Amino acid sequence: MASSTLEIKDLHVEIEGQEILKGVNLTINGGEFHAVMGPNGTGKSTLASAIMGHPKYEVTQGQVLLDGEDVLEMEIDERAKAGLFLAMQYPSEISGVTTSDFLRSSINAHREEGDEISLMKFIKEMDEAMDYLEMDKNMAQRYLNEGFSGGEKKRNEILQLMMLKPEIAILDEIDSGLDIDALKVVSKGINKLRDESFGCLIITHYQRLLDYITPDKVHVMMQGRVVKSGGPELAQRLEAEGYDWIKQELGIEDETVGQKA
Amino acid sequence: MTVETKLPYDQDYVRSFSENRKEPEWMKELRLQALELAEGLEMPKPDKTSIKRWNFNDYKHDVKGESIQSLRDLPEDIQVFLDMENHNENLIIQRNQSVAYQSLASGLDEKGVILTDIQTAIKDHSDLVQRYYMKDAVQIDEHKLTALHTALMNGGVFVYVPKNVQVEEPLQAVFWQEDPEAASFNHVIVVAEANSSLTYVENYISHNTDEHAVANIVTEVIAHDNANINFGSVDNFAVGTTVYVNRRGVAYRDARIEWNLGQMNDGNTVSENITHLIGDNSTSYAKTVAVGRGNQAQNFTAKIVNYGKQSEGYILQHGVMKDSSSAIFNGIGKIEHGATKANAEQESRVLMLSRDARGDANPILLIDEDDVTAGHAASVGRVDPIQLYYLMSRGISQEEAERLVIHGFLAPVVKEIPINAVREQLTEVIERKVY
Repeated sequence: MASSTLEIKDLHVEIEGQEILKGVNLTINGGEFHAVMGPNGTGKSTLASAIMGHPKYEVTQGQVLLDGEDVLEMEIDERAKAGLFLAMQYPSEISGVTTSDFLRSSINAHREEGDEISLMKFIKEMDEAMDYLEMDKNMAQRYLNEGFSGGEKKRNEILQLMMLKPEIAILDEIDSGLDIDALKVVSKGINKLRDESFGCLIITHYQRLLDYITPDKVHVMMQGRVVKSGGPELAQRLEAEGYDWIKQELGIEDETVGQKA
Repeated sequence: MTVETKLPYDQDYVRSFSENRKEPEWMKELRLQALELAEGLEMPKPDKTSIKRWNFNDYKHDVKGESIQSLRDLPEDIQVFLDMENHNENLIIQRNQSVAYQSLASGLDEKGVILTDIQTAIKDHSDLVQRYYMKDAVQIDEHKLTALHTALMNGGVFVYVPKNVQVEEPLQAVFWQEDPEAASFNHVIVVAEANSSLTYVENYISHNTDEHAVANIVTEVIAHDNANINFGSVDNFAVGTTVYVNRRGVAYRDARIEWNLGQMNDGNTVSENITHLIGDNSTSYAKTVAVGRGNQAQNFTAKIVNYGKQSEGYILQHGVMKDSSSAIFNGIGKIEHGATKANAEQESRVLMLSRDARGDANPILLIDEDDVTAGHAASVGRVDPIQLYYLMSRGISQEEAERLVIHGFLAPVVKEIPINAVREQLTEVIERKVY
């Protein structure tokens, strides 16, 4: 299977008139796992949300291309159908819609009309994925994310990832709020998707996630830009030494962006 | 335009209407007394909705309907409300103002359960009906419409479950206004004696888009000590019918009344759903979902009054408004003095789907007792763009995402409707009204 490529070129993004991203450049090829690290408030989540099309974020300059196609021209659902997926940091709660119905609608949205997944096949796939993620089966019949604990929400995001099998996935702080056991399970789910065609952009400010999911490339964001890139050893150095050495190296005093004084 | 004070039907008409139906004397007297009262009484004044220009006078009052031999004789759009596969035996179908079909499982008959049309009940169970008719729940002289209802009552059902009898299967009534001008002055009485339980589901259906009609409905639901009543409805009057529907409950000690009302009328509607928690430890869940479209104006009042100690009232109203429709949702929790440890909770939410739609949620708590708990939540807004973003980020189209959110928003009532066929119909009506 031919793999996809996500190119982010000189991306500038504003929220409510304030510029958060100031020219991000990144290329993720299928088969590669990239980690974007950095302290809080440096624009990491904005990058994820802007790529997916969050209504509050406005792209003012630059391009996002998926296999050469202009992602920013697409509606949100078209981005998903083109092969993008975002595991959200704060997934919405949708009352009255069961997780199972939502998942099935999502899967069918990726298929042609008349070629909907059969109920049997859907249930079998969902059960397998839920077993793999050590999820309580009752969750499928609960309303989407409503009353879910932080850990349940994260597992539910990975469940969707496993069932939708996108070309390129962005994981926005999928590790936040997870205890070590949950982190291992979630990582196991992500690693299961690893193959020569699947590309992944992992956003985190903890190194510990990268103990379980080894990235091919590591990028550090500060002040709304990627300020340093390297291999897995960069993540290990950040774990050991923190971010101060990068700030010193680059002469950065305040690494955050868009924070009001 | 001045308010019409002259009533369309007079003493002679009402007297002969009652005599033709061979009603007992008490009923005829009650009708005549009510008619006299109606002359002097004011129209109801629903909060924030003016009903002055609504049609309450243009209708046909006395319209017969043919009976049917088999449910298969019914038109398709009525059959869909019936559980044809499982063959619900506890069923009454009223066509205009006549009984078209009636059946009750033989086992229930033997236990003394009554499911019959109100006209038969007045004759066969005169004392029983008289004991409840416009007595403990609704009063004749509340306003002009309650008095007119009493004077002109022309249909309805009587449901009675004796002491200690549990009715497992739902009891269903279908009110089919086949004649596009036929008025419905339906009176429904549901009585559950001590330690009994029942589930009752009713459907109102009309198809009058150009013709005018009026519905003036009173429903009295009485749950005696430790009785349990689950009351579901799907109201589906077409745009030509002006609707006044008053559903009132009285719950005695340890009793419970649950309301699941799908208010899907297309015409102007005033709906009152009031429950009196008389007994200690009584409970009511009053849940309503409504959809407004076109130019219709609607006013919904859900009110629970706590008299009993430790009584608990929960109100949930969810409305979806589109086009130029408007709706007011009044949620009233009232705790009387002495109702210690009572609880009054309510939630009213309105979802607006168009710029010209108007919706208002008025939460009101009236509390005359110190040792209670109460709470309310109300909101009026549009579909949350962040929810749509989340759903669409999985490939779901905007239209489908909105549909999921709206069905989810109305699910609290839809999922509680106890008869599959009726639940599916409610879902379909929602689908038709919203899209």
